[in-house]
Amino acid sequence: MKILVCISRTPDTTAKIAFTDNNTKFATDGVQWIINPYDEWYALVRAIELKEKDASVIIHLITVGNSETEPIIRKALALGGDEAIRVNTDNQDPFYIASQIAAVVKEGGYDLVLTGKETIDYNGSSIGAMVAELTDTNYISLATKFEFEHGKAIICREIEGGEEVAETTLPLTLSCQKGMAEARIPNMRGIMAARTKPLKVIDPVTVDTYTETVGFLLPPPKAGVKLIPADTPELLVKLLREEAKVI
Amino acid sequence: MNMSILIYTEHQEGKFKKNSLEAISYGVAIAAQKGIDAHALVIGETTAPLPELGKYGVKKVYHLNTANINISDTKTMSVLIASVSTQQNCDTLIFSNTLSAKGIAPRVAVRLKAGMVSGAVDLPENNNGFCVKKNVFSGKAVTEIKVLTSKIVITLNANAFEVKETGGSAEVITIDISAPASTITVTGINKIAGEIPLSEAEKVVSGGRGLKGPENWGLIEELASLLGAATACSRAVSDAHWRPHHEHVGQTGLAISPNLYIAVGISGAIQHLAGVNRSKTIVVINKDPEAPFFKAADYGIVGDAFEVMPKIIQAVKDLG
Ligand SMILES: Cc1cc2nc3c(=O)[nH]c(=O)nc-3n(C[C@H](O)[C@H](O)[C@H](O)COP(=O)(O)OP(=O)(O)OC[C@H]3O[C@@H](n4cnc5c(N)ncnc54)[C@H](O)[C@@H]3O)c2cc1C
Repeated sequence: MKILVCISRTPDTTAKIAFTDNNTKFATDGVQWIINPYDEWYALVRAIELKEKDASVIIHLITVGNSETEPIIRKALALGGDEAIRVNTDNQDPFYIASQIAAVVKEGGYDLVLTGKETIDYNGSSIGAMVAELTDTNYISLATKFEFEHGKAIICREIEGGEEVAETTLPLTLSCQKGMAEARIPNMRGIMAARTKPLKVIDPVTVDTYTETVGFLLPPPKAGVKLIPADTPELLVKLLREEAKVI
Repeated sequence: MNMSILIYTEHQEGKFKKNSLEAISYGVAIAAQKGIDAHALVIGETTAPLPELGKYGVKKVYHLNTANINISDTKTMSVLIASVSTQQNCDTLIFSNTLSAKGIAPRVAVRLKAGMVSGAVDLPENNNGFCVKKNVFSGKAVTEIKVLTSKIVITLNANAFEVKETGGSAEVITIDISAPASTITVTGINKIAGEIPLSEAEKVVSGGRGLKGPENWGLIEELASLLGAATACSRAVSDAHWRPHHEHVGQTGLAISPNLYIAVGISGAIQHLAGVNRSKTIVVINKDPEAPFFKAADYGIVGDAFEVMPKIIQAVKDLG
């Protein structure tokens, strides 16, 4: 089985969210970058688990981004994976990014493409489905389990108010979330090995851009908390009914 | 012929989903901006009253009721939805940003060569092209996305637009398109009975590590059931297996924006706030007056949850 894991770079979860250039660009000063948690904890680690069970599994990682994303790719390679591909572009349009990944999938003949359920910065949850459409494969979103036995893929996915189990065959594209795998930390051997693993940089294929980012806004600050004395919680209930009108 | 707007409308057990009705009201409002019509698309057999969708302002309801549609197959669904929109001259498609739409809408967008905005939170603005606001950075900011294509796909976040009834009845048009053969077989569905799905809930009662252990969740569940609310928890709680994973909200869990979010014994770490700070009214109950959550709250009680919660529960019961 040949697996392609999509890796995205996102600001650390504690990063200060601010904007520059008249609110058109994310302020990157002092920002720590991480592998998008869903890509790392679930998509990548599940791929590594599959390889641990079956040494013939090949894992490639892909990132669509400029050279600033390379430390993150190395970090991912330190966890596992045989080699990585970086498509060199700054374009952020989901369709553009998905088209780059799809081109690599077609060229490389991957059986399984894994993404995280969404990035924690763009929150689009759309790349996996777009890649699946562009490569004409089945797609299951929000997968919490993936098993592959005797040519059959068994997948659990979250649905409203529960879970659905489905069977299909490869090739397949999945977006992964909690349940898929347990997060790991890279060990020293992995970090050393990552330095020499191949990281191939390729140029983007030519495709249209469907959307562009105009600017950003921060939510208006809250007016301030109204504190209710602990010995009169019934006042809270009254305020929720009469003032906030939410119960 | 004028283009129109098509809203994909989900149904379950003979009822339209409330989030889909929000999407319809949103689509109807965009149609009004553009001076065109909005129509609904319903797929699969249902006892839900199709003409009644007219009271939310759609003119037609396209009902695609071909036998054997595998609604769990994103490929099948996107072929069907894209075909109807092309056949019926709809250039803008609206979905509610539900768990199932996350699998389908991006495929439809690719099929139609449409620019997509996922998780829209407001009506489009047309001063400088077609621009839609969406949440980014897990709710910590909003971005404006300009769609450069003539066809557009938007998924609307739950609770971001109010359902509006205008009165009227829609013409129901049955459509028959053969569904492509599916290669996905659903072998089981485990529904958690009687629970309000968190992603659809208007009210949420959520517990953190301050509740000390799973045995104390009766306090959260009783208040939730009295209010008709869903239950949620912090990541620390789901990591400790006190509560199931699907209840975990925050930056790396589910992002929600209910009308009411009550946080009990949750500190309000930045990653937790990211997923819930879009809630309209936030109530925090925490014994530590310095808990960061109070800064993001509308109402707060500094006190011990084990003393405060029973009194709140009683007060809600007294409301009748
Ligand atoms: C990459 C990353 C991603 C993360 N993503 C998420 C996420 O998506 N969601 C999330 O929730 N967390 C997330 N976290 C974890 C987050 O940082 C916090 O650790 C977590 O939210 C803490 O959970 P808590 O508030 O329940 O527990 P604690 O921080 O332990 O807080 C417990 C609170 O309960 C109060 N308390 C104690 N006893 C009582 C009592 N008797 N009555 C009333 N109050 C009481 C305390 O004062 C305290 O404020 C993430 C962390 C990282 C590093």
